Formats: sequence, structure tokens, C-alpha cells
Amino acid sequence: MNQTPYDRVKLARDSQRPTGMDYIRRIFHGFLEFHGDRRYADDPAIVGGIAWLGNTPVTVIAIEKGHTPKERVERNFGAPNPEGYRKALRLMKQAEKFGRPVICFADTSGAYCGIGAEERGQGQAIAENLTEMSTLCVPIVSILIGEGGSGGALALAVADRVWMPENAVYSVISPEGCASILWKDAAKADLAAASLKLTAEDAKRLGVIEKILPEEDLGEPSYYERIRALLSEEIVRLTHDPDLLQKRYDRFRRIGRIASDRVV
Amino acid sequence: MPLLNFLQPKNDLEEGGRISAPVLSDAGEPEQNCPNCHKDIPISRLRENLLVCSCGYHFRLHARQRITMIADESSFCELFSEIHSCNPLDFPGYREKLDAAAEASRENEAVICGTATVGGQRCCVFAMESAFMMGSMGSAVGEKITSLFEYAVKQRLPVIGFTVSGGARMQEGLLSLMQMAKTSAAVKRHSDVGLLYIAVLTDPTTGGVTASFAMEADIILAEPGATVGFAGKRVIEQTTKQTLPKEFQSAEFVLEHGFLDAISPRKDQKKLLAEILKLHNGGLQ
Ligand SMILES: [Zn+2]
Repeated sequence: MNQTPYDRVKLARDSQRPTGMDYIRRIFHGFLEFHGDRRYADDPAIVGGIAWLGNTPVTVIAIEKGHTPKERVERNFGAPNPEGYRKALRLMKQAEKFGRPVICFADTSGAYCGIGAEERGQGQAIAENLTEMSTLCVPIVSILIGEGGSGGALALAVADRVWMPENAVYSVISPEGCASILWKDAAKADLAAASLKLTAEDAKRLGVIEKILPEEDLGEPSYYERIRALLSEEIVRLTHDPDLLQKRYDRFRRIGRIASDRVV
Repeated sequence: MPLLNFLQPKNDLEEGGRISAPVLSDAGEPEQNCPNCHKDIPISRLRENLLVCSCGYHFRLHARQRITMIADESSFCELFSEIHSCNPLDFPGYREKLDAAAEASRENEAVICGTATVGGQRCCVFAMESAFMMGSMGSAVGEKITSLFEYAVKQRLPVIGFTVSGGARMQEGLLSLMQMAKTSAAVKRHSDVGLLYIAVLTDPTTGGVTASFAMEADIILAEPGATVGFAGKRVIEQTTKQTLPKEFQSAEFVLEHGFLDAISPRKDQKKLLAEILKLHNGGLQ
């Protein structure tokens, strides 16, 4: 582990890193993609549908960045618009109706900062996912596979379990953005990355995630097999938990709880 | 309240801030220049008018001024005032920022919570404080808001909240981000038992607060001209390489796009909030 936090940020952004669609194709079978938010449009930055996890039908939702420059443009570099979050919520509500567990893969530098995104209520779309996911009556497991960019990633990660591969990052702001706001110098991004505590180890220590996925075989068949096995096991456990929603509430409730003069 | 209490140093996160230093006119009375009509207005007149210029421009108010403005006299009872930020990640310079914010705002955190009566109807109230690190949400803000909604569920009370925020507080990293989920879950529980939540968005309400409890109310109001949005204007201009129109992300723009129930000038807010509470049986089941 001699990589600095900022090295991790660069690894997390690498275009050769597996994307959401890679995970979907390799972990599940029979994936059927379903499009659109039924309100405005279909957002290519978020992919969703139904698939088989072993013998269990599950709803799968992933932010897709694409690998090649052409794919990246088509996927808006994995920066979702409000209709992407609304599509995700529509599919989650459908999963709830039919009793399917939900598995999300988040990988974004952040929700898209665009004119149309603001006009169509980017903040409201994210907020609605946060409230609705907090009481969705089926298990939710989210894996932050690359960049966990702030609210744009959290909108797919109000889950019972959140996991990260060891070189993924999860942060309230990009290190460059943080450095330019605080120190008026984007070049201090490495200091910001270290200060923000955005690595998988940090997230685990802060109680924000449950599991770190080793990456030594990243992208190999064994990597996906291991995740498939972990997911299958976890989904069974969560499906049989009678206190699922209380535990999901408590999972977030305890983060940043303040007793007297101290954050615990 | 001291005469110049609302004239605070600008926070360094604040862009194009609404308040500048007072200037002395010939008559010797402190005046405030209105950034909208560019006239110098005597502070005494501004104060009589709830810090609203005759042109309609709304200057920023402090959290306690907002509560005083809507709560029935002596009805406010503060809750959770002992909860305040520390520096959980040992973020460089954060301790000093907190101390400076406490001095500038004379508050220990960026939100004030409590109970009050509004038009004789009991409710929970929160008001965010722009002079405390631009109302940014860290663990303490998240904890206080969450605790207030949980208290409101227990006491079966409606919640009225005034938001002003630059977003999540980056010096607490992921802990700040998680407060968006934590507060949202508490708002949902309050909503699911049939209780009323009214949010009044004031200038500016942005980032992680817009993307959580500001946009989750049953009834969402905003002050005229308030900036309401998710991403900062400068970031959007950099991302899209487009110049944004002046009205972009104004309350009027957000209303037109369907994300606000109404715009309410400051002088009407108490009456409107009392009437909405009354229409909901005081918000009680
Ligand atoms: Zn004016």
C-alpha cells in the first residue's frame, strides 16, 4: 500500500478500469436492459434492468462511464442527469413491487453540472432517491466501483451494504475542486485527497462502507466470481432479515453522531 | 440585538456575497448599499422592513432573526444547542475556520433548532445560519436536523425549516456526505407518519442541502431572488462552456421549472406559514 490517496483517485478514474456494464455482464446472466424514466428521457449514463444472480432475479442499476473516448462521450462521462436518477428510482420501486433485491454499481465524478440538469431538478432528483431508498422494502447492496462522486454516487448508495474495491474512492468533493476552493490552487489536489479521507480504507474506518474488495485480480474471471459469491451470500442474509429497514436507518443514523464534544 | 448585528464579515466560500460593509452618510447614520438598485439605504429603515429594500431586494437574515420573525413572542425554545462541530478528520485549517465562524456568527453551529408556536400553533423550527461557514452541512448540522425530525415524530409536530447553505462541508469529507442520507431518512420517517414539513429556501440554498432536506418538504417555499440550485454557477459555466443567464437558479426560475410551490416575500412569511399550519390542523394528526 505505498500508493498515495491521490494515486488512488487516478486509478479510480482510469478508463481501462472495469465499468458498470463490465460488472453487469460478468456477474449476472440474462440481463435485460430497461430504459427511461417515464417522465422526460432515457439517460445513457445510467443503465438498469433485471438479471439473474445465480437463481435469484435481481434489479441491477449501474452508472456507466464507457471505456473509449467515443463511449465516454455517449455516456456523458458517467455524469447522470436527473432523468438517470429518476430511471433508477423507477426501477427500484418496481423491484420493491415484485420483491426483487436491488444491486447498484456507482461510478461517477458527480451528478452532471449542466443547465438542463438544473432546469429538470438535479437536486430534487437526488433528494428523492435518498428518501425513497431509505425505506425501500427490499435489500439494497451498492458497490462503488470507481469514483464515488458525492451526492451523484450517494443517490445509488443508500443501501444495506456498501462495498468498494480497494482502489475506488468515495468523496464529498473532488480533490481538485476542494483544493481550488480552499487553497485557490488545484495543484494541491494531492493534499486535498489525503485530507478528505476518500480511500476505501478511510471509508471503512469511518463506518461508511462494510467491505473492501481486493483488486489483485481486477477484471479477471476470478474477480467477478468472488463478487458474485459475496453478493449471493449477502442477498440471502438480507432477504431474511426482519429488521432490514431499521438497520438501514441505523446504518446512516450513527454516522457523524455527536456525543458532547466529539464526533463518534 | 446590536444595531449592526447583521453586518458580518464575508465567508470565504461566499461568492458574490450579498452584504458589504456599511458606509457612513453625511448625516452620520450607517447605510447599506443595495446591490440591486444601488441606492444607499439607512440601516434603521432596512431593519424596520425586515432587511428588505424598497426595490424588493432581500438582504440575508441571521438564523435567530428568522425565528424571531415567524415565532410568536417568547415562544421559541431551543433544542440540541449543545451539538457542535469538532474536527473529526483533522482536516488542515478546519479548527481555525470553526473558531472564526463562531466569532463571526456568534453561534456554535450552522443551524439553530427548537420548538415554537406560529400563529398559536406548536411546531418544530430550524433555521440555518449563513454567517457560520456559509451554512455548510457537516456532522453537527446533520445531527441537529435529524434529531429535530425525530423529536417532531415523537411529539407529533410539523416542521418549518429555513435553509441557507453552500452545500456539504468538505472539511468533514464523507461524514458530511452521509448527513444527506441521514437527514433524508429522518425526513422520510416524519413524512410517513403523516406529519407536515414546510421548507423556506433562502439565498443561497445549494449543493448537498438542495439535494437532501431542502427539496424533500411537502411544501417548498422560497424568498424572492434567492439562489436555489444543485451545482454552482461557476462549475456549470466551466463544464458547459456557456454563459448563464442572470435569472438562472433564481427562485423565480426554479418556480417556473416546477420545483417550488410558491415564492413568499419576507413580510408575508409568518402569515402564510400560520395559514398553512392551520390548513393542516396545525400539522397534527
Ligand atoms: Zn434595492
